[in-house]
Amino acid sequence: MNSKVADRIATTIFYLIAATIVTVLVGLLGYILFHGFSKLNIDFLTSPSSSFRAGGGIGNQLFNSFYILFLTMVFTVPLGLGGGIYMAEYARPGRLTNAIRTCIEVLASLPSIVIGMFGLLMFVNLTGWGYSILGGALALTVFNLPVMVRVCEDALRTVARDQKEASLALGITHWHTIKTVLLPAAFPSILTGAILASGRVFGEAAALLFTAGLTTPTLDFSNWNPFDSTSPLNIFRPAETLAVHIWAVNTQGLIPDVREVADGSSAVLIISVLLFNLLARWIGSVVHKKITASK
Amino acid sequence: MGQAIATPPAVEKSVFDIKNLNLWYGKNLALKDIDFTIYNNEITAIIGPSGCGKSTFIKTLNLMIQNIPGVRMSGEINYEHTNLLNDRVDLVDLRKKVGMVFQKANPFPKSIYENVAYGPKIHGVKKKGKLDEIVERSLRDVFLWDEVKDRLNTSALGLSGGQQQRLCIARAIATKPDVILMDEPTSALDPISTIKIEELALELKKNYSIVMVTHNMQQAARVSDRTAFFLMGELIEYDQTSKIFSAPSDKRTEDYVTGRFG
Repeated sequence: MNSKVADRIATTIFYLIAATIVTVLVGLLGYILFHGFSKLNIDFLTSPSSSFRAGGGIGNQLFNSFYILFLTMVFTVPLGLGGGIYMAEYARPGRLTNAIRTCIEVLASLPSIVIGMFGLLMFVNLTGWGYSILGGALALTVFNLPVMVRVCEDALRTVARDQKEASLALGITHWHTIKTVLLPAAFPSILTGAILASGRVFGEAAALLFTAGLTTPTLDFSNWNPFDSTSPLNIFRPAETLAVHIWAVNTQGLIPDVREVADGSSAVLIISVLLFNLLARWIGSVVHKKITASK
Repeated sequence: MGQAIATPPAVEKSVFDIKNLNLWYGKNLALKDIDFTIYNNEITAIIGPSGCGKSTFIKTLNLMIQNIPGVRMSGEINYEHTNLLNDRVDLVDLRKKVGMVFQKANPFPKSIYENVAYGPKIHGVKKKGKLDEIVERSLRDVFLWDEVKDRLNTSALGLSGGQQQRLCIARAIATKPDVILMDEPTSALDPISTIKIEELALELKKNYSIVMVTHNMQQAARVSDRTAFFLMGELIEYDQTSKIFSAPSDKRTEDYVTGRFG
């Protein structure tokens, strides 16, 4: 076999592999969207779910998902930023840094169900909160933190070295350089990374099963007092998220329209995650253009 | 001018006095026993083949070299009666006085105005009027003002390479330094931009002392008052530029400046 033939065969094989991957992805997305799309309407998206009768919606679950996501990001972003800055700018190469890096990697690869069990011990039992939004958000923070640290560290490291040198050579202190040169330049990648991480958090179920719970109390959407037990904003109430809802109706649902609800919820979940991804790209490029615009 | 006042005999004032400087990267001795005096209001050129230590040397003068992990130094680098290696040096103060311009123009991805105002702002100049004045003066000093005065608020990245490098020089002089270190400031520029930077350096030496690392021997010959020749981490010869290029005392200097190696 001469090298030209080998080259052609290799090219064909790689095309085939790529085509297989695309087919699987498109097929999966298409299947979920095709089955779920017909279920989507305002009523389904806004009404509360029902326990026994058909025709329940996912209004509360959708709200819970976004609320928990929001709280998770409120916890994760500052911590992740701090960790990323430390790892990129202050950690000296050595045993301690390697140990920290290993910890972050182990944490990043922990199965989310393990994080759920840890959350049950820490944020549900030890704190005595029971299943709560706060507990769920904290468990997801544990789940998401290593990703955020990595995102921030990588973003800071890819800022051109000469920018940093320019600032230091002007007599600007390290912290000021980080604040005024590195962070603004790294901002687009950090934002993109954070939004992509949001997609992952939004779709997470296992870590929430034993922390935020499988139920949602009756919510009164006109009550915005966060300390009231029927308020949607109350962080100490249990909250079933969309991803958990899909799992719950499929395994223990008593409603006759399990299939429809599951299909519709899956479509909403997938569309949301897709939106997160598109949003990440769009905002990333807009901010990048804004910061580096030449005209 | 015009008045017949006898100029006092030129007292050569030095800005940097370096004695027995050794520098190691890990176990590698990169600078060996350097004795070097850099004089006020002169352009001092540092030449030598790649890897001879000239860039390492210039980065010791504002201690930027300390950002590289594993660097050790011994000896003395005296700047304004302070030994930078012994006394606890305030890096902020030092780098305010000893500015630096890099090989590749590295403006911040901010506006032209912000680039120049960045240093003074962080060093405590708050008033808009004062900042405007500094920005204009610095840009005028580098002959960039007329080219950019109408677009001060546009991104510095829209400037040409030569303009960017002049902007970087403006940024460096905005903090009113005494010394400007230039690490191969024209190696990434076209010939016309190079000439402009050289003319600028000649203009700037009236007010600043300039240390310029260069790969380009003609450049050293054209602009500098004194030239130092480095080879394998050693300072081989240091003298008036005219002497280095016409009658060097070391055979290796002669071989290098006549293009026999390097």
